[in-house]
Amino acid sequence: MYIDLVLLSLLTFFSIWAVMRGTLLRAAIALALVSIILSIIMFRLGSALAAVFELSVCAGFITVLFMSVISLTKPMNYVETMEMTKGRIKRFWYLPVIVLLFLAGLFFLNIPVHFKAQNIVSLANERAVLWNLRQFDLFGQVVVLLLGVFGIVILIKSRFEE
Amino acid sequence: MPVSFLLVLVPLLCVIFANMPLGKAVKKLLFYFVLLFSLAQVYLVVCYKDLLTNGTIYSLTPVFKVSLAIDSLSLLLLLTIPIITVCALFIGWFTIKDEVQKYDFTSMLLMSLTGMNGLVMVNDIFSMYVFLEIVAISSFILIAFYTDIGSLEGAFKYIILSAVATILMLTAIAVFFTAAGDTSFVSISNAIKGSGRNTFLIAAMSIFVGGLLIKGGIAPFHGWVADAYSSAPAAVSVLLAGIITKVAGIYTLIRIVTTVFGFTPQLEMILLFFGAFSIILGALIAMVQKDMKRMLAYSSISQMGYIVLSLGTGTALGIAGAVFHLFNHAIFKAGLFANSAAVEEAAGTRDMDKLGGLSSKMPVTGFTSLVSSLSTAGIPPLSGFWSKLVIIIALWSSGHFVYAIIAVLASLLTLAYFLSMQRRVFFGKLKEEYKDIKEARFGVIFPAIMLSLITIGVGIFFFYVLDTFMLPVKSILG
Repeated sequence: MYIDLVLLSLLTFFSIWAVMRGTLLRAAIALALVSIILSIIMFRLGSALAAVFELSVCAGFITVLFMSVISLTKPMNYVETMEMTKGRIKRFWYLPVIVLLFLAGLFFLNIPVHFKAQNIVSLANERAVLWNLRQFDLFGQVVVLLLGVFGIVILIKSRFEE
Repeated sequence: MPVSFLLVLVPLLCVIFANMPLGKAVKKLLFYFVLLFSLAQVYLVVCYKDLLTNGTIYSLTPVFKVSLAIDSLSLLLLLTIPIITVCALFIGWFTIKDEVQKYDFTSMLLMSLTGMNGLVMVNDIFSMYVFLEIVAISSFILIAFYTDIGSLEGAFKYIILSAVATILMLTAIAVFFTAAGDTSFVSISNAIKGSGRNTFLIAAMSIFVGGLLIKGGIAPFHGWVADAYSSAPAAVSVLLAGIITKVAGIYTLIRIVTTVFGFTPQLEMILLFFGAFSIILGALIAMVQKDMKRMLAYSSISQMGYIVLSLGTGTALGIAGAVFHLFNHAIFKAGLFANSAAVEEAAGTRDMDKLGGLSSKMPVTGFTSLVSSLSTAGIPPLSGFWSKLVIIIALWSSGHFVYAIIAVLASLLTLAYFLSMQRRVFFGKLKEEYKDIKEARFGVIFPAIMLSLITIGVGIFFFYVLDTFMLPVKSILG
C-alpha cells in the first residue's frame, strides 16, 4: 500500500516536472520516468502485458524518438530556458495546490468512497482477451495508428517542401 | 461478420488503396470513392434497413468477430453522416487548390467517415472511446490542414480540450469496468441499476457526461468551438459543424444517457441547465460577431443547447425532439457554412461589416442562406420550426415551463442575429468593390442547394419524416 502511494506520488511529481521544465530534453527524460513508474504500477496490478507495452513503447521507443527529434532542433540558451521555466511556474503554481486541496477535502470530509470491484473477469490470458474479445477495438487501434502516421505525413510534408 | 461492419471497413480499405504508390490516376478516383460510398450508404439505410441491422456475411465470420448494434437512432446518424460528408467533399474538392492537398483531404474525409460510422454502431463503451479518438484525431489533422498560424491555434485548442474530455471519459470507463466486469452497454447499465447510489459510480457518470459536453461544445465547455470552426478550411468547417461535433458529443451523450445511465432527476436537471445556458450564451455571443464563420460557430453552440435541453426532459417525446433537431441542425448549419465558403471564395473575406448587397450578384447563395437562416430561427414551414416545436411541446408537457419560455425567447434572438447577418452580407446596396464578383462555382453552391432542398422537404413532409425516422427513436428508451 505504502509502495503504491510512493509510486503514485513520484508519478505525479515527474508528470508536473515534465510540463514545467523549459528544456525539451529534460521534459522528455521526465516523461520517460513517468512511463517507467507507470510500468511498475501496472506490474504490481498484475497487468504484465500492458506493463511491457508501456515500458517498451512509451519509455523506450517514444523516448528515443523524442531524443532524435530534439537533437535536430535548435536549443534555447540558458537565460531563455530559465525565463520560460519561471514563467510556467508563475502561471501554473496553483495546479498542484488544487490537486492537494482536493485530496485533503476527500480525506477530511470523510466522503464515503468505499468501492468494491465486482465480477471482474479473470484476465489470465491477455492474448485471448485481445484477439477474441476486443477484436473491434484492435481494428480501431490500427486505424488510430494509421491516422497518426497519415497526419504526420500531411502536416509535416508541406514544411519539408518549404 | 455483420454487414454493417462494411461501413467501417470499406472506407479504410479505400484510403489504403488510394495511397499506395499506384500513380495519380488512382488518387483521382478518391472523389468517386467517397461519392459512391456515401450514396451507397444512404441507399442502404433508406432501402435495406434490415440488412444493416440483421445481415451477416458468414464467409468472413471466422476473420472478423465483431458485435455491432444498430437501432433507429444509429440509422438516423448513418443517414446524416454520408449527406454531410458529400457536401464537405464537394466544397473541399472545389476550394482546395493544391492537387496533393486535395487527395490528402479526401483521404482524411474517408478516415473520419470510418470513425463516425464505427462510433454510431458500437455497443461497448471502450469501443466507443476508441472510435471517438479516431474522429477526434482526424478532426485535429483536418483543422490544422493548411498549417498556418490560425489553423494550428484552432487545432491546438481542440487538442487540449479534447484531451481533457478524453481523460475524464477514460477515468469514468475504468470505474465502470471495475463495477461491471466488462465494458458493454448492457453490463454497465445493469451495474449502475444494481449499485444504489454509489458515490464512485455517480462521480464517474458525472465526469463522463462532462467529457461529452466538452466534445459537443456545450457552454461553458465551448472554448474550442469558435476557433476550430473559423480557422479550419471551409470544407472542414462544414464537416465539423455539420456532423463531427454532433456524432462525437451529442449523439454519444444521447446514446449513453438513454441506453446506459438512464434518466435520474439530477441528470435531467444538469442537462436542462447546461442546455438552457448554452442556448442563451451562444445566442448572445453570436449577436456581436463580425466574422461570419465565428457567428455561425456561436449559433451552433446555441442550437446544440436545444438538443441537450430536449434530452433533459427525459421523456420519449423529448428524445425524439432532440434527435429531430440534431438531424435538422446538421443539415441547415452545414448549409450555412457552405454559404460562408461561397461568400469567402467570391468576396475574399468573411468580415460581415465589409460585405453587403451580395444577393444581387450571388442569388443562389443568398437564397440558400436565407432558407437555412430562417430554418435555424424556427420559422414555419421549414424543418427547424418543427423540431423546435416538438422540443417546446416536450418541455411544456413535462412541466418545465421556464425552460420552454427560454427556448421560445431564444428563437427570437436567433432570428435577430440571422436577419442581421442576411442584411449585412446579402441585402442592401452592393458595395463598389464587389461589383464584379460572380456566384461561386457549382461545386461550392451545389451542397448549399442540396441542403436547402432537404430543409424545405423535411419541413413540408414533416409528418412522414417524424413518423418514419424520428418517433421510432423513442424505442431506444426500451
